[in-house]
Amino acid sequence: MFAIVSKRRIAPKEYDIWVEAPRIASHAAPGQFVVVKPDEHGERIPLTIADFDREKGQIRLIFQVVGKTTATMAALKEGQALQDISGPLGTPSEVENFGTVLMVGGGVGIAALFPILKDLKKKGNRVITILGGRTADLVIMKDECAQWSDELIITTDDGSEGMKGVVTDAMRAVVQRGEKVDRCWAIGPSIMMKFASQAAVELGIPVWVSLNPIMIDGTGMCGCCRVTVDNQIRFACVDGPEFDGAKVNWGEFMNRLRQYRDEEKISYDKYAEEVGDLSWL
Amino acid sequence: MAPKQKTPIAEQDPKERCHNFKEVCLGYTLEEGIAEAKRCLQCKTAPCVKGCPVSIDIPGFIKAVAEGDMPKAAEIMGQYTNLPAVCGRVCPQESQCEGVCTLGKVPGFEPVAIGKLERLVADWKYEHTSDAKPQLPGEKKGRVAVIGSGPAGLTVAGDLAKKGYEVVIYEALHAAGGVLMYGIPEFRLPKSIVQKEIQAMKDLGVQVETNVVVGKTLTMQEILAQFDAAYIAVGAGTPHFQGVPGTTLNGVYSASEYLTRINLMHAYEFPGYDTPTKRSKRVVVVGGGNVAMDAARSAKRLGAEEVQVVYRRSLKELPARIEEYHHAVEEGIVFNWLTNPVEYMNDGNGQLCGVKCIRMELGEPDASGRRRPVAVEGSEFVIEADTAIEAIGQGSNKVLLSTFPELNLNKWGYIVADEKTGATSVPGVYAGGDIVTGAATVILAMGAGKDAAVAMDEYITKKRASA
Repeated sequence: MFAIVSKRRIAPKEYDIWVEAPRIASHAAPGQFVVVKPDEHGERIPLTIADFDREKGQIRLIFQVVGKTTATMAALKEGQALQDISGPLGTPSEVENFGTVLMVGGGVGIAALFPILKDLKKKGNRVITILGGRTADLVIMKDECAQWSDELIITTDDGSEGMKGVVTDAMRAVVQRGEKVDRCWAIGPSIMMKFASQAAVELGIPVWVSLNPIMIDGTGMCGCCRVTVDNQIRFACVDGPEFDGAKVNWGEFMNRLRQYRDEEKISYDKYAEEVGDLSWL
Repeated sequence: MAPKQKTPIAEQDPKERCHNFKEVCLGYTLEEGIAEAKRCLQCKTAPCVKGCPVSIDIPGFIKAVAEGDMPKAAEIMGQYTNLPAVCGRVCPQESQCEGVCTLGKVPGFEPVAIGKLERLVADWKYEHTSDAKPQLPGEKKGRVAVIGSGPAGLTVAGDLAKKGYEVVIYEALHAAGGVLMYGIPEFRLPKSIVQKEIQAMKDLGVQVETNVVVGKTLTMQEILAQFDAAYIAVGAGTPHFQGVPGTTLNGVYSASEYLTRINLMHAYEFPGYDTPTKRSKRVVVVGGGNVAMDAARSAKRLGAEEVQVVYRRSLKELPARIEEYHHAVEEGIVFNWLTNPVEYMNDGNGQLCGVKCIRMELGEPDASGRRRPVAVEGSEFVIEADTAIEAIGQGSNKVLLSTFPELNLNKWGYIVADEKTGATSVPGVYAGGDIVTGAATVILAMGAGKDAAVAMDEYITKKRASA
């Protein structure tokens, strides 16, 4: 069992928890993830490790409620526990001093971007961070990202904070003002990662994305998470989750993410019926 | 003289069982078991023992059954195997003990139903044992880590615990049992049986730690610093895909994924359990092994109207157990011999709508000694399908191996280990099961585990004596 030591609601349907997991904390590196199965009947879902504290033996998970599993996780209180967590899984990010890096995040993907950004800053990079969301309250972890960035740009679709527009507008603006960017990470909703990757290619910047396909074991055993990168089948759980965004087959990736939409709805509706009010999410 | 035929055994009616996941074979009653045990000739040569990878005293336990002495039968069997209820169900007896049975060599006679008797004794034991914990040696002879809780790992763990070692099993998944939990379906091997065998292991003092992915959660270096020896039995767990166009379409699965969803994650009980699988209408399973049979029969049980197996060779070469093939036929699975998929067809929305296949014919024998299938040009045809499941084998999983480069691997990526002892290129590190042999059977993995336990005991005893 993995006890929840702290829990915060950081945006509508988005939660930030620290969990007791000493072995995972002592081996985790930026870019890695865990597979969580919250209870006996639960699904195994992948979540990026948003941060870790080796001394306290804790890992930080930030998740958005998108279905039953994440809703049951959101319903847990401090002191309660997640039944199973396995990790740290996947290949860590390649972090070194590249020069200037452009870190692009959206939605709950910002949680995956954060540990990489922090490490890049520690390794001496000039870090320019762009965080985007539909509205201001959906852009999470602004202060923490600002703390580890040389510059933080916020974009919102409705202009409620920062620049009105989407992250790719900000990416272009950064390059247009004369920044020479050596590397870019773009992590967020798949549609954002697709367009951010296209923009990076146009701007001549190597781009890394972190893919979050459906997974079961997370150790290369089932092949459920397969993605096509550079015309080759790769398993996101062991070969990734980071890949060259310019080479990912985005149409196929997004199609596979939708595979169980009907069943996910059945499961969520059944849960909603059982627990009643879910407006607190 | 003994009856010519095996004592009949009750099975669920095919028409009924193809709609549920309950066990197909219902097992012998005590009376039936005694009758069957009496068929054994108690021959002096006992070829059956040599045919058994863990050398169970088969005539011995069968004699006890014939005399109605079940405690004695269970005791004899327990000296040789830690997983009798599993082996009685999934061992390929027809090519092992029963394949060489003296009675079976008599023209017109069937061999003794050794597997079914093993199952009877094991099930009897679990129904009749008291809660009293077995007596264990007090002083521990050393500490051993076992990586992976499948058949090989469980065997090593059980044997070394009995010899007086402190044993910790590290399992990557959330449930112990390895392939017995995620791979073999409930209708062939009920998960409650697997858990009983694992509980028996825990009663011997074996500790099982789940959610530990060795190489990630804990490194081999850390393990070796804490234990006298380690046994690597992580299985051959990376699915192969044929790589034909359309492999990443929705509706195309590896058998590993399909069966893991159903067995480990209980997708057949969705939405009571949260993990779903698709309620397919028309299913194509590619391959001819036991895993292919399991996938096909599971699809049928989930309500598929039509399930077709596509196999590139013919019935004669089918690697699946003949009993599983017969069960599949009884349940209405259709077999396409000498057929191979060449393309998974897209319905235009990224969903599979058909499997384009080509007819094969058998040419010259290949390296495996089997005649190699060759495509017949221009023979393509399409099987309409919303689901395709590839059950064409697995490769070695690199998660642990890539973090432990000291270990010598062969050209296929499996661990090089001594055939007799399981010793690897690293002193104190032993290995066995599918990660050494490539995908094989439960009992072969157990046989490897049994030999390794002996070797590891010798190694640690010597090491401690010289320290």
